[in-house]
Amino acid sequence: MLQYIARRLLWGVALLFIASAVIFVIFYALPAADPAELRAGRQANEAQIEEIRETLGLDEPIYEQYWIYTKNLVLHQDLGYSYEFDVPVRELIFDRLPPTIFLTLGAVVFWLLVGIPTGIISAIRRRSVMDRSMMVTTLALISAPVFWMGLVLLYLFAEDVGQVQVFPGIGSYIDAETLWQKAESLFLPWVVLSASFAAIYARYMRSGLIEAMEEDYIRTARAKGLSERRVVLRHGVRSAMTPLVTLLGIDVAILLAGNAILTESVFNIPGLGRLTFTAIERSDLPVIQGVVLIGAFFIIVFNLLVDIAYAYLDPRVRYR
Amino acid sequence: MTEALLTVSNVVKHFPLTRGVVFQRQVGAVRAVDGVSFALAKGETLGLVGETGCGKSTVARLLVRLLDPSSGSIRLEGEDISTAKGDELRRLRREVQIVFQDPYSSLNPRKTVGSIVAEPFVIHGLEQDKAGRRRAVQELMEQVGLNPEHYNRYPFEFSGGQRQRIGVARALALRPKLIVADEPVSALDVSIQGQILNLLRELRRELGLSLIFISHDLSVVRHMCDRIAVMYLGRIVELAPTDELFTHPRHPYTRALLSAIPIPDPTLPPREPELTGADVGSAADVPPGCRFHPRCPRCEEPRCTSDDPVLERKDGSAGLAACHYPLQEMQPPPGAAKAAG
Amino acid sequence: MSDPSRPLLEVRDLRVSFETEDGLVRAVDRVSFSVENGRTLGIVGESGSGKSVANLTILGLTRAENARIEGSIQFRGRELLGMGDDELRKVRGNEIAMVFQDPLSSLHPFYKVGWQIVEAIQAHRDVGKAEARARAIELLGEVGIPRPERRIDDYPHEFSGGMRQRAMIAMALVNEPSLLLADEPTTALDVTTQAQILVLLDRLQSEHGMAVILITHDLGVVAENADEIAVMYAGKIVENADAPTLFGAPQHPYTWGLLRSIPSLTAASGEELHPIPGSPPSLIHVPSGCSFHPRCPYAQPRHAEVEPELERVDDAAGHSVACLLAPERRAQIWEELRK
Repeated sequence: MLQYIARRLLWGVALLFIASAVIFVIFYALPAADPAELRAGRQANEAQIEEIRETLGLDEPIYEQYWIYTKNLVLHQDLGYSYEFDVPVRELIFDRLPPTIFLTLGAVVFWLLVGIPTGIISAIRRRSVMDRSMMVTTLALISAPVFWMGLVLLYLFAEDVGQVQVFPGIGSYIDAETLWQKAESLFLPWVVLSASFAAIYARYMRSGLIEAMEEDYIRTARAKGLSERRVVLRHGVRSAMTPLVTLLGIDVAILLAGNAILTESVFNIPGLGRLTFTAIERSDLPVIQGVVLIGAFFIIVFNLLVDIAYAYLDPRVRYR
Repeated sequence: MTEALLTVSNVVKHFPLTRGVVFQRQVGAVRAVDGVSFALAKGETLGLVGETGCGKSTVARLLVRLLDPSSGSIRLEGEDISTAKGDELRRLRREVQIVFQDPYSSLNPRKTVGSIVAEPFVIHGLEQDKAGRRRAVQELMEQVGLNPEHYNRYPFEFSGGQRQRIGVARALALRPKLIVADEPVSALDVSIQGQILNLLRELRRELGLSLIFISHDLSVVRHMCDRIAVMYLGRIVELAPTDELFTHPRHPYTRALLSAIPIPDPTLPPREPELTGADVGSAADVPPGCRFHPRCPRCEEPRCTSDDPVLERKDGSAGLAACHYPLQEMQPPPGAAKAAG
Repeated sequence: MSDPSRPLLEVRDLRVSFETEDGLVRAVDRVSFSVENGRTLGIVGESGSGKSVANLTILGLTRAENARIEGSIQFRGRELLGMGDDELRKVRGNEIAMVFQDPLSSLHPFYKVGWQIVEAIQAHRDVGKAEARARAIELLGEVGIPRPERRIDDYPHEFSGGMRQRAMIAMALVNEPSLLLADEPTTALDVTTQAQILVLLDRLQSEHGMAVILITHDLGVVAENADEIAVMYAGKIVENADAPTLFGAPQHPYTWGLLRSIPSLTAASGEELHPIPGSPPSLIHVPSGCSFHPRCPYAQPRHAEVEPELERVDDAAGHSVACLLAPERRAQIWEELRK
């Protein structure tokens, strides 16, 4: 088992290097715009652009540039400088990470608390009214666009402009100071972000549990005289849970990498998603590059965590 | 002397086990088939029996080149199947066909019976004309006892026994010289097994087929085969003409298998299991010396635990056995003593 | 208090059918049998005979939305069929236990074997984990698993097939049941392992004084291990007798067919086999009249119209058969077949 983890870690590091190389090639070797021009700003003349090009080392051969980049990355954790904000990219990213993390974690708690039990109950009471309405609702939630839902909820519940003024509205995260205030301001975003995930997880749990309950070991569990509750939870759900853990790891990784971009935009939360969006708008290459790299990092780490968790959950997988 | 149809020489199939963090190195192997040799004459039926992990299914797959051997050769009428490539391989495949064990998973549920049986023709470019193909397929269906009008039905519309007939028809399509039957009746009800076995016997007679019949069921094998090879952990431990195997088995494992067969006669005294309680070995961890020694009631050190016995003739028998202390006494099955007396 | 002269288990007129999209599946059609204390009843049948469904119903494991169950199942004088789920749960794994065919799929792959056995104990006994664990180790040793104190923490896939089945048997015996239902307990095992497991079951039965219902398709297994045998076909019992009588003087054409279809170890090796022609019938479209008539070599036209009832046979007590042929005719046929 330890061998397995060690091997995966080494592969993970190798992957990160490969990812950074690919990112580098995309952004520096084949840019959509001239980085020096972008860096120079609007009112630059030729001479200034040339100067910048030299400073940035853009006239060097590509492998030189990559070497410099990697050296900076590994030794100084330096991701470069944002064209737009003129601050180190690293600072920007670490600044924007906490809101994204808070948003993601809250959403995860929400969608697990809502989705899993719903899926279980639906599976046990198949074809009941509850089950059928759950299937329809989840379909709606998966299909509804995030920004639409966000705007509708704001319209209904926002403190400042809503019909029923309950929750803090747009931009309230920025104003919030205490942890509790921050949490309050994230309530509506959590609902919006978790909606489609809760729906997906409910459906997966439902079908997974239905399948698990058909297995022979369920029959054995009942033949032992166990309560139906125990049979469903300890024997059925325990089996159905494993693929969901895999899914959860990947979903969390992607969200942390900035995928909550729409939610952050609608509610004006200064997270990684918004940063990415702005950077793309402004062709701020170093920032884009940095965000993609961080994203790759999260995904690789979470993939490893998921695989380890899977081996823990399914003992048959362990000895590879 | 007539040349044997099939000659298997020292065939070995090992599946490697690896360990290692960065570079995987081989630390051992599952020795699924560990040196198997036998010959099959034209028109002969050879039975291959053994329990889980003995390697008989791996041998089946090696014979039809679904797997490549790690070493050794498999010659069909002199030509080596195990190393053939391209056109040569395709030509050889037509001579050896396989019938699988599970009639429920070995037929593509999305294809009609007609197209399943016709597929060999299509693959090998025979019977190009559609009408001709249909006729050929319906002839085959009749030969195996199916109604040719069911040409357009799907597998799920047939019973287990009938599906197995479809499998046989498919195997016969190319008029092979050799059919490998891998547990062809194990998944069927006992009262129906005979239908497929009788069919195979009839076809064998009509078409002059040679047959390799693989099974874990000795009583079935007894009715089908001229000679029987008993396998254990990747080796043949006894190879003898059928009657001799049943009346005078020489290897203790063979005797244990024979006495383990439940006899439908309640008046007989209960049997005592013949083996020591040791667990069935695994092909990943073959015991030293005679691979059967941990379970053998006649095991004697030091020979049995250090010398690997050779498969050879013992004391004037017609068959071969791989044992240092082969059984000397005749062992009629308990039922036979009653019937004779 | 249970009446010692009554059978431990008495099934009367059991009917189990399932509503499915394709129609009504008549899995069990008026089946009656009984088991005495400490005895073994063998139930023999092939696919679609209803043997498994009948036994699952004893423990209430076939209760479902689309299931229709009627009849009577009396265990120690209590009626199991109408019993509520909570009460029946106290019987399952406790007074009546069940062992299944495939121990690999019948044990939960994610839990250690010891955990699953402890669960079986704690479901019915108010004992602590340590005590339950000790009992589990004891039982694993009793069923012949070497070094049980180590193997108790292994997962099912870490056991070999035979050992796994022993573990399942141990799990079934933890609460000292008086009746053990064994559904094809050796079918998935190698023949040498099968022999060992059957010897084990026999020993455990006499040591614990249990009654056993042994369900199988293998007449050889039942010959050695059962006191009484019931033969099932298409959801009905077609013949019922003690073991020597069933093999010595069977009366039903299906039983004859079964006995003849087994490749014998005594007949000449090259002889043709005598399978039963045709296939087992669908349980949705059961043949009219005698359900065996389409495959019976002795069927008469009226056999397609009249349904046979189980009737006593003249020889020994406890032998009954459901056949429309005249008893003299049957005796005559059997005389001929014996040769």
